[in-house]
Amino acid sequence: MNRKSLLSGCLKAAFVGLVLLILYAPILLLAIYSFDKTDMIGRFEGFSLSHYAALFSDSKVLGMIGNTFLLAFVAALLSTLLGTIGALGMFYCKKRIKGAIHAVSQIPVINAEIVTALALAITFVAVGFGKSYFTLIIGHMVICTPFVVLSVMPKLKQMDNSLYEAALDLGASPFKALRKVVLPQIIPGVISGFMLAVTLSLDDYIVTVYTRPTGFETISTYVFNATMKGNAHTAATLSSFWALTTIIFLVIVLFVVISNLAGIRRKGAKK
Amino acid sequence: MKMPRFSRKTLCIPYAVFLVFFVIVPMLVILFYAFTDKNMHISFQNFIRFFSDPTKLSTIVYSLVIALITTVVCLVIAYPVAYILARSKMKKKFVILMLFVLPMWINFVLRVNALRELFNLLSGLEGLEGLGSANYFKTVFGMVYDFLPFMILPLYTTMLKIDKSLYEASADLGANAFTTFMRVTVPLSIPGIMSGVTMVFLPSMTNYVVSDMLGNAKVTIIGKFIYEYFGTDWHMGSMVALVLLIVVFISTWLSGGFKSEENVRGTTI
Repeated sequence: MNRKSLLSGCLKAAFVGLVLLILYAPILLLAIYSFDKTDMIGRFEGFSLSHYAALFSDSKVLGMIGNTFLLAFVAALLSTLLGTIGALGMFYCKKRIKGAIHAVSQIPVINAEIVTALALAITFVAVGFGKSYFTLIIGHMVICTPFVVLSVMPKLKQMDNSLYEAALDLGASPFKALRKVVLPQIIPGVISGFMLAVTLSLDDYIVTVYTRPTGFETISTYVFNATMKGNAHTAATLSSFWALTTIIFLVIVLFVVISNLAGIRRKGAKK
Repeated sequence: MKMPRFSRKTLCIPYAVFLVFFVIVPMLVILFYAFTDKNMHISFQNFIRFFSDPTKLSTIVYSLVIALITTVVCLVIAYPVAYILARSKMKKKFVILMLFVLPMWINFVLRVNALRELFNLLSGLEGLEGLGSANYFKTVFGMVYDFLPFMILPLYTTMLKIDKSLYEASADLGANAFTTFMRVTVPLSIPGIMSGVTMVFLPSMTNYVVSDMLGNAKVTIIGKFIYEYFGTDWHMGSMVALVLLIVVFISTWLSGGFKSEENVRGTTI
């Protein structure tokens, strides 16, 4: 390697590193102060795990965390079910019908989230549904399901269609053929669709605010209100969310390290 | 008795019904509310009121400028990152890409809250006091911070698809690195640029959470109107939403229809 390409290599690494540093700086700041005694960021007063203790003992905080994750899980599960079945059906439909469903399915993907949320909220209230857990889950399904369809579709396209026919010829019922032959081939797309739906639901704020029943708080709705109000009481709760951020961040790091190691081992096994 | 033969096509019915009820109907409801008055009579009053109010119009211009700057800054940062990663011979480049995406697992409200704390800390430092009141700067910074992955991912995916032999061919034909970049990489990455731009531009016009938390509630963007009208006047709120909806359709149409292949979030995992 000559000197010029070494220099450009260093510059490239420095640039990518700098962008990553800026992306992670705020999270690292919270991670450091999550071990501080006080609720203030600025001066480190002394090491303490009190925020972590608060995170796991405050029933209000635990309730919000539970709400967030349960909502994400249920919404993702239902979205995956609806989206996978929908993608299967669309795949076998005539081109025009498939195109029409696909176009409508893209609307929540490209639309501003707030427009989707407002439209749903007004509809639910105008129709007389009010707002309940049902509307909340529907709201999350509207933003998640199209992404499940998008991640299952490519797997269906890659699939060898004659296998399904063969299964039918060999006497399997259509349902059995779908379950035993088609499903195993598209399962990677189904799983990544589910993961995507969980991510989208966890990251959501706007749809939750517009479709939730009164009194229902997730992490994001609480943190937004608490930040905007900003008093001593909310500061204590907010700082226990620093601890939560740190824990999620550590899980992410762990995930990256493990998937990295798994990759190495798999390659080693192949050799 | 013979059962009617099961058709796989019927599997699309539940999803189609879901879309009709929860995507199409709500859009029609918005359309209806936008063009009716409080007594549910057809009226263009909302439309006229919205577009004759100078504060509304100036907010729209502000929003557009903020969104434009955010999009350009995202593109300027994301393009080199995607290019470096896509062309790198490193074995672990996927892990680095993951590092750009994974912050999305932490809810964006928490992340923006973290950024707010960082700004508070920095504005206490000597020489940086001005940061405390630099509301527009902080808003744009926060939006770039939040939406950058949405720009990097589609760019990276499209650049990865570029046939390596094109670079070699270009070099063989005597082009230098810069010419190759301008005449091979850039034209072939345009689909990625398009989908990145649409994924960043729209949220930065409407995501009022970022502008509220970082702009000391001094920065108002279009999304905030919808929020405010939701409590008071659904008809006006629907009108604003309808305007945004039209903007979405025009920008999608301009960027080549409902393409989903380079869709960002679709390539997240």
